[in-house]
Formats: sequence, C-alpha cells, structure tokens
Amino acid sequence: MGIAFPAPDESILARRDFIIAGLARLLPPGGLVTSEDERRAFETDAFTAYRRVPLAVCLPSTTEQTAAVMRFCYENGVKVVPRGAGTSLAGGAIPQEDAVVIGVSKMNRVLDVNFGDRTIRVEAGITNLGISAAVMDESFFYAPDPSSQLACTIAGNIAMNSGGAHCLKYGVTTNNVLGVKMVTVDGTVVEIGGDALDAPGYDLLGLVVGSEGQLGIVTEATVRILRAAEGARPVLFGFDTSEQAGAAVAAIIGAGIIPVAMEFMDKPAIEICEAFAHAGYPLDVEALLIIEVEGSDAEMDFTLGRIVEIAKRHGVKTVKESKSAMETAAIWKGRKSAFGATGRVADYICMDGTIPTGRLPEVLRRIDEIVKGYGLRVANVFHAGDGNLHPLVLYNVNDPDEAHKAEEAGNDILRLCVEVGGCLTGEHGVGVEKRDLMNVQFDRVDLDQQMRVRGVFDRGWLLNPAKVFPLDHRITA
Amino acid sequence: MTAVSEPTSESELAAAVAEARAARMPLSVEGRGTKATLGRPAQAAATLSTAKLSGITLHEPAELVIGAKSGTPLAEVEAALADKGQMLAFEPLDYRPLLGSSGAPTVGGVVAGNLSGPRRISAGACRDSLIGVRFVNGRGEMIKNGGRVMKNVTGLDLVKLMAGSWGTLGVMSEVIFKVLPVPERTATLVLHGLDDARAVAALSAGLGSPFEVTGAAHLPAGIDRIPTTLMRIEGFAPSITYRSAQLKTLLKPFGSADLLEGASAAEVWRKVRDAAFLVEPRDRAVWRVSVAPSKAAAAVARIRSTLDIRHFYDWGGGLVWIAAPASGDAGSAAIREGLAGTGGYATLMRAPAEIRATVDVFQPLSAPLMTITSGIKASLDPDRLFNPGRMYAGI
Repeated sequence: MGIAFPAPDESILARRDFIIAGLARLLPPGGLVTSEDERRAFETDAFTAYRRVPLAVCLPSTTEQTAAVMRFCYENGVKVVPRGAGTSLAGGAIPQEDAVVIGVSKMNRVLDVNFGDRTIRVEAGITNLGISAAVMDESFFYAPDPSSQLACTIAGNIAMNSGGAHCLKYGVTTNNVLGVKMVTVDGTVVEIGGDALDAPGYDLLGLVVGSEGQLGIVTEATVRILRAAEGARPVLFGFDTSEQAGAAVAAIIGAGIIPVAMEFMDKPAIEICEAFAHAGYPLDVEALLIIEVEGSDAEMDFTLGRIVEIAKRHGVKTVKESKSAMETAAIWKGRKSAFGATGRVADYICMDGTIPTGRLPEVLRRIDEIVKGYGLRVANVFHAGDGNLHPLVLYNVNDPDEAHKAEEAGNDILRLCVEVGGCLTGEHGVGVEKRDLMNVQFDRVDLDQQMRVRGVFDRGWLLNPAKVFPLDHRITA
Repeated sequence: MTAVSEPTSESELAAAVAEARAARMPLSVEGRGTKATLGRPAQAAATLSTAKLSGITLHEPAELVIGAKSGTPLAEVEAALADKGQMLAFEPLDYRPLLGSSGAPTVGGVVAGNLSGPRRISAGACRDSLIGVRFVNGRGEMIKNGGRVMKNVTGLDLVKLMAGSWGTLGVMSEVIFKVLPVPERTATLVLHGLDDARAVAALSAGLGSPFEVTGAAHLPAGIDRIPTTLMRIEGFAPSITYRSAQLKTLLKPFGSADLLEGASAAEVWRKVRDAAFLVEPRDRAVWRVSVAPSKAAAAVARIRSTLDIRHFYDWGGGLVWIAAPASGDAGSAAIREGLAGTGGYATLMRAPAEIRATVDVFQPLSAPLMTITSGIKASLDPDRLFNPGRMYAGI
C-alpha cells in the first residue's frame, strides 16, 4: 500500500520498559495498556487499511494525569498520538510503533449545563451524541452531527473540525465551540476561549479546532447548544439525472431557501442504502436528494411547497415526504449508515473532497470515468448544499492489486476536486490518508507557513507526527 | 507624515513587504484607515495600504460565496450581494460614527477586526463566514489558506487566525466569504421597562426558543427613555407572522411585546450594530465587553458601583458596550475588576491616543497564552513588521 510511515525510532523501542514503568507511576490502575493483545485494539481507526501497534496506550481519567503523561513523554522524547474513539476515516488516530497513544475516552462527564447561555461544558471524551443526550430533556441539542456521532468523541470532533449532514444551516465544529482546556506537548494546561462568544487576542481556538491532534490534547470543551426546531421533515426527491438534481439544488439556494440539510445519493448508493435501511428510497431514479426543512407543521408545509415547485421545474420524478417520525428516522438511518451499509456489499475507501457546487455534474461524470478507468465501481453520497463529496470507491480488500487501484482512484478524485477549485477534505481531515496529496492543494510556502505555526506548539514533532504534512519536507520554524 | 505605499497587485504587495523587511522598517498596515485610532498607538515608520487592491474576484450566488481583494470597499461587496438578494450574514459593523472617521471601510479591515454585528448570535461572527484568505506574511511570501468552498478542513486553519488579528500577522490581499440570502421579512419584538437582569432573562428565553431569534439587544434607561428590549426574527413572511405571535406568548411573563417592522426597526438594529447610542458625547471612552449573558448584568452592576457609565447589551447580553469618562485609565481597572471571575473580557474601542498608549487596549492574556501569542506572531511576522505593538506590547 502506498502510504509510508516513518521508521520507528529504535532508541525509543529499546527503552520501552523504562517508558512503561514511568507511565505506570502517573496513571491509576486500568489507565495504562501494555499487553500486545490489548494494544492491538488501538492499532488503527476507521481507516483500517493501515495498522501500527503502539508502544503503550494511556487512558488518563483527568486533565492532570494527561498533563503528567504529556510531560513525561516530552521529557523523554516519546511521540504521542492522541485518540478519541478511533473513528477517523482519514487515519488521524493511527498510532506508530514508537509512540504512546493518549486516549481521552475515560474523561466523558458533563461538567456544567447552562440553558440560559445555551452552553455546555464537558470532558472531551464524551461522545458527540452524549452531549445532545445530556440536554435533550429541555429540547436542546449539539448541532454538528457526523455520521459516527454515536461513537465519536467531541475531542475527536475538535481535532478534525467535524461536520455532518446538517451543517449547511448549523455550521461545523469550529462554529459551535466556545472554549477548550488543552494540554500542550510539555504538559502545560492552557484555557483557550471560555463561555463567551469570543475571546481576547488571536483566534487560537479557531487554530486548535481542526489541528488534528498536532497542537495539543483537548481534555475539556465548552460548546454551544441550540434549542431544537419545533419539527423537522425530510423529503425525498428522485431525478432521472444528477444534472437535474444539481440544478435543483442551485435553484433552491438561489430562491433564498437554506434547508437544514440537502443530501445527494446516486443510484449505486441508493440501492445499497435502501437494501440496508428500507427507508423507501425510490429505486427507479439516477439521483436522490434528501432535503430536510424545520419549523412548525405550517412552516414546513410552506417551505416544502416552494422547494417542490422548484424541483418540478427541474424535472423531479418522485417526491416523497416523511409522514411519521418512524419514516423520518428510516430516511436518516439510510443516509447516515451509507458507509456501514456499503461495507456490507464491498470494501470501500471513502473520499471527502469538496467542490464548488456549480461544477457538480462535470465532477460526477469525471469521477465515474476515473473509477471505471481502474476497473472499479463507485457509489456517491454527499452534502449537496456545500459541495462536500463522499465518493465510495468499492474494491476487494483481499486483492492487493484492487486495493492499490482503489487508492490511486481516490487520489485522482481528490486531485480533481482541487483542480476545479475545491479541496482535499471537507470534514474528515487529512490524517495519513491525504497527507501526501497536500502538495496538490498547497504550495511549499503555504505548507511551510502552516508548519511554522504548528512549530509554536510542538517544535520537536512529537504530537501525531506522521500526519497532515508530507514526510519529505518538514520544518519547525 | 509617513510614507504611504499602495501596491496594486499581490506581487507588488509582497515586494513592498520584502523591501520593508530588508530595511527593517515597521509598517502601519491599513485598508482605508477608518479604524486607525483603534488599538495601541502604532510604532511604524511607513504605511502599507491595501486601498488599491480592489475589486470583487468571485461571486457565485448559487454557491453562496463571494470573494474580493482586501481593499475592496465593504459597500461594494454588500451592493453586489444585495443585487442577488444576499448578504454577509455576520452583519459587519461600521465604526466610522463611533471613531469619527470617514472614507470607505474595506473588506480586509472588516476581517482584520473580526467585526461582527447583532446576527453573530445566530449566524456566527465574521470569522465564521470567512472561508478563505490570501495574505503576504512577514517574509514577503504570498500565502493562501482556506478557499472558496464552505466545507474545508485541509491543513491548519490560518483563516481564523487572520480574522481579528488587526493586521499584526500578515497583510491580506484577498478574502472569501460564505453568504446567506436576505430574509424575506424581518420583525422585531419590543419589551419595555425591564431592568438589566430581567432583560437578559427575556433575551435568553427568546434565544432558547425554537423561533430562531437573530438579534437580541437591551437598551437600558439612559440609552432610550425607558428600558427597551429588542428581539429580531427573520424568515419567510408566513413564518414571521407565526413566530412573532408565538414569541409574544412566550414572553408574556416579561410584559406585553410590541411589534416593530420596516425602516424604524432596521434603523434601531443599525444603531445597535454600530454602538451608535454611545457616539455622543464624543469625549467619552467606549469599551466593548464580551461575557456570558448570565453574568453580564451583575458585572455591569459591579462596574457601575465605581464608575460613571452608560451601557447597552447586544448578543443576548453577551456583548456589552460601555461609555466611560476618558480620564485617568478610562475605567480600565473598574471594568476589568468588575469582570473578574466571569471569564469575560474588555477591549477599549475609543479613547484619546495618550490613554491608549498607557492602558491595556486589548485584554491582557494569561502567561501561557501570551507565550503562544508571541510564538504565533514570530511564526508569521518574525521581524515584527506589521502594526507592531497595536494589540500588545512586543507583538
């Protein structure tokens, strides 16, 4: 497979016993994982094509323990790979043999809820859905909703600046976080932001969100919570061509309507998801839009009326409204389990490029050509309102030649996204997966500037060092 | 009078920075200078202006995106958007009345100050709408970050870092925003006679409702004749009819709400946005305080007990504008002591230069954050060319 990992530092491996003994003194029983079997559970994340068993895994229960472990690693030159729930699709949490994994999953308490200020303070190992669960009795929720929200942690969401299906209206992680407590590489605990809507000085919070565990480990976060709308209703719109669907999306936005979600599926994706979720997706169309609106029943009727009118002007073939909470749940289950459902029929790699939505028909056609050129198949699901594509390139993991071709096809797709004015990753992050493509999107001076800023936090490249920046050119200042 | 350089292209801008670097000449970085009196008095030998980097570079209404060279007048961008029924969602505020300046504020200046108006509570700040920048760093290199698509997590987010850095980290050459449609109809609910704490509670009730309040301000007595609490909703016409009725019912415990629409409502939100209530008297210092709404009224009461102030609230109570006597420290100690323990902070937005030279205009940072801040500055502008000392001494 094509992605290189740095060779393990033999001097660290040789000191493994010393390092483990040192870590054991800093953590409570159960907080340190050393046996090979148990470490193997941490060898990869949701980017399963690559695996590296870490030196040890630390599962601190407090910020102070996290800081002590970080300080120890810093003083001993040991690399650290931060980990939330290990759901990264980009390999952001894949360890390396000479690194210690610090997992935040044991820090998962709600610390404070303030409905008046519409904020909640949590330990960063809480799951994304756990935050919403803590406030749902008052009809509040935490807005960014990555498909992995049942499992993924807010720490991981902050590291990757995660998005979701509903961010057209509500924004992504960076728009919903107000403050973090972060442990820096040398074990210093810093508070960035707080519970107000902005903070003095440079926007360090904006820098930390999406920094992929390279600036520090976030152990606590204050995030915004929102009052849920009175109701929400997804509607299925089936089209004969993806061009029609794309034009309908542009016309809806052009008419001043910002639906809370606009999700696109092509025929292969529709078939896979329908077989899994039985959501009532139409099977006789080439493109499906799931458009969700919010508000009172009358408001939703009104907005949907306008959307249906526009869809009709663009030749919509089927329109199917959710008539019950059960139908709504099934519709979203189908979409949110698209990756999992695809995994039942084939192995796949999931791309995450974003494109200007105006280039959609052209890009879909070229993606099809690229993948067919490698003799493979592709299913497309994506966030149509913001152009964030998720082509799933299907292959057989037991066939090394196919695996290689899938990786190459994926890389070609991302190059295409950049070529048309988009980017490599809209919400999954760079991780190891897209690291070697960073030169496609950025010039040397752009990456050097990012690395200089990174160097302010981690001059020695100890934090998640194999990720984000190509290995062949690294600077610190 | 210092020398003014006005490059007409990004490469000329880079050359001007490289020249200044070679000559070790600190630069005052500005657009058209409408906020030149904001911040600590700069220590620059020459001015580098983006005024001639002007023009819209990209506008795709169906993609909700607009880009412009940094020196483009904000008014030009807003007019192009309005033409397509769109707007900058963060409602950029206009400091000219408060600062007594004239000229056309630029989009680069809006970004440099992260200038965010009442809709910040629902649609986010300037930094949330900003999706791409191009800038020249202190090495004279042309850097891009972010881009023209609204979902982008590729690499470190230097876009956020540029927003609100007051020209101290780089000289922007182009900015790209995501935008929103102009709402079909706007209405404002008005409550009267509430004290500060009750008003913030009313605003929280509105903001905590499902009716999507997009503006939430309180004007205490001393700003308006009687205390006035404002809540704005925006959307499709039938929605506004429905939601204003629902909100009225919800707010019953706080009194009977009037409904304000049209030009007079737009005017009051413009005044809230621009802190227009505190423009006069001109000899007063003006502070901007950001604090969690639930702590705002008590903090203001503490400040009031030692300082002669006029104030009003935006952002549901989370933003407090305060006018104080422009003598001594212009109220710095009283305001910051009043905020102690709240997590809130204060910025001095208007004061005579001699006061801005002696008090902390920007809130002092904790030692670890100051270390990081110095590092960030050095990583982007190693020779401290850009607006040295404007935010913090040594930055």
